[in-house]
Amino acid sequence: MLKTLRQIGRLGIVTESPPSADPALRLRTRLQARILGVLGRALCIRAIDAGSCNGCELEIQALANPFYNLEGIGIRFVASPRHADMLLVTGPVTSQMRVPLERVYAATPDPKLVVAIGECACSGGIFATGAACVGRVANVIPVDVAVAGCPPSPERILSAILTAITATGDAEPSGSVPSTPT
Amino acid sequence: MTDAWLAGAKPLAGAPGIRSLTVDEDAWRQAAQRLAGEGARLLALWGDDSGVVPRVLAAFAIATAPNPAPAQASTPAANPAPAAASTHASEVLLLELPVERTPGRTYPGIEDHFPAASRMQRAAAELQGLQSTDPDRRPWLLHGSQPQDYAFTRVAGEGVHEIPVGPIHAGIIEPGHFRFSVVGEKVLRLEERLGYTHKGVERLFASSSLLAGHRLAARLCGDSTVGYSWAYAQAVEGLAQVTIPPRAARLRAVGLELERIANHLGDLGALGNDAGFAFGLSQFSRLKELLVRATETALGQRYLFDLIVPGGVGADLDAAGSEALSRCLEELESEVPRLRDIYDEHAGLRGRYVGAGIVPPALAARLGLAGFAGRASAQAHDLRVDQPCAPYAEFPPGRCGGVAGDVAARVAIRFDEVFESCRLLRRLAADLPPGPCRVELPLPPEGATAVGLVEAWRGPVLVAVTAGAAGRIRRCHPHDPSWQNWPVLEHAIIDNIVPDFPLINKSFNLAYSGHDL
Repeated sequence: MLKTLRQIGRLGIVTESPPSADPALRLRTRLQARILGVLGRALCIRAIDAGSCNGCELEIQALANPFYNLEGIGIRFVASPRHADMLLVTGPVTSQMRVPLERVYAATPDPKLVVAIGECACSGGIFATGAACVGRVANVIPVDVAVAGCPPSPERILSAILTAITATGDAEPSGSVPSTPT
Repeated sequence: MTDAWLAGAKPLAGAPGIRSLTVDEDAWRQAAQRLAGEGARLLALWGDDSGVVPRVLAAFAIATAPNPAPAQASTPAANPAPAAASTHASEVLLLELPVERTPGRTYPGIEDHFPAASRMQRAAAELQGLQSTDPDRRPWLLHGSQPQDYAFTRVAGEGVHEIPVGPIHAGIIEPGHFRFSVVGEKVLRLEERLGYTHKGVERLFASSSLLAGHRLAARLCGDSTVGYSWAYAQAVEGLAQVTIPPRAARLRAVGLELERIANHLGDLGALGNDAGFAFGLSQFSRLKELLVRATETALGQRYLFDLIVPGGVGADLDAAGSEALSRCLEELESEVPRLRDIYDEHAGLRGRYVGAGIVPPALAARLGLAGFAGRASAQAHDLRVDQPCAPYAEFPPGRCGGVAGDVAARVAIRFDEVFESCRLLRRLAADLPPGPCRVELPLPPEGATAVGLVEAWRGPVLVAVTAGAAGRIRRCHPHDPSWQNWPVLEHAIIDNIVPDFPLINKSFNLAYSGHDL
């Protein structure tokens, strides 16, 4: 126990400040600023792998490490879509994940946000022409924000999450990170 | 491998120590029986319907004499490599069975000798229409997404009930379905249902060119991107009969060991968390982040999706990169032993780890448990030692192993392999041989087949490539060691309690995407 406490004390806090929202990642705007304000202070996310190679999952998992410390800014991953405000979807939606993805979307209570993570989720990526793939997430469920990259870095993923819960217009923080086409 | 029936086996291009033999149905069955008797392991079985005559192929790893035999006199003089085939501690035999293309035609199954063959044969039936004679003919990878339509094996009895889990799981992990039959908390049976991430990658390969296929190979299984892209590149370089520059070989090994450490660190953290010790997750995930950041500084990417290209590597390591790697290794070498002490002395963790999810050595041998999980159950196989490709003959890793085969043993071997890979990395990254990182490949001849084989972090990754016309891929089959290990997980969980499943599952950390093709 002493060793554990000593280790915690020795390392201190390594958390870095989160990136800004990036309006260039936004595909559509539905939710009112008032609702987004509520979600943004305690956001629950359900991650769904709809057929990814597991690369994007590694970077989403990294958001929980002490450098990004997602829970420290009031965002956490939950085990059920019933508890979720946001779905984080990866992969070139395989034919066999299409129905599970539709069901998860239906099971998530309104108002809900969908963020597509990674090249495959944005465009189908290298699997776009695969006979067993449906392609980008937006082919199956409505997507609010999408971030490309193979895989996108944890900063980009976090930026996409923050974009989704930031209202458009004057609530947009200035000096957001440079955008990449999605 | 001195037997007369192997006399006709021809050396195959690609990874060292691979021979192939075309057999008829009788010889196929006899060979399987004989290989099983000699303790050979099934590395992969797949179908190939791309040629005029469809084939079923099976690759077996066979242990050779433990002491290096004298070098073969017939070694071609043109090959100055010091490691002749006969010095390998294991060899690979690829059996090819031509199967006539007639409706209703079957070939003899081998699951009685190699239980791991069952799911591979089911996949060959679905994907290439090559049906074995073995009794289990349920679909394996293609099923629509409706687990309820699948004929799960039912356990009957008073108080027995089923718990369906997935395809979407509670954590940030890949999709698959698990069907538990339980009495109270105790698991009587687990049956897996995979295939949800099936993307049709073999067909995608067939529409790609040999020199572009590495991008797809690198994206079959994100946590093993270096392993897959290396195995693919090895096969293509074998087809083109090209040896990569020494500097490229060293950098590939640097990438592979970085990948091994990153995955072990991630899992060690998750294994702490799954046993209720969140401290472990935050400590190890911090170290993993430091490692992937150092990897980015050194080789340009956090995860090395585009490091390996046919003919060499697409990135070089400069002085600043070396320095970043070295600093990161220092941190790991001082932090990980500290954390291992904490894990070892933590009564709560020991209570959860010791005796959970046991795979006894005899069961591991029978089912062909591969990779580090196999090594934790006394299956001392490691391609880097047994059949080393460059640069591992010069930089052999020490063997890591255990016998207990429980979660504790799989945790221990991950610590051991982290230390060993750190030691290896220091040597691999120091004094890199000068010269190019990449050579151009000539167009390989049509119809030739080569096999790449790499000891990735989870176990041996095999990629078999057959060249098509004008530099196209005619057929490419990637094989993940998870094919062998998923069925073993079904055994490991028996008689354990349901809440221990996440822990036992994570101790193996098997691939879905790499397996589902």
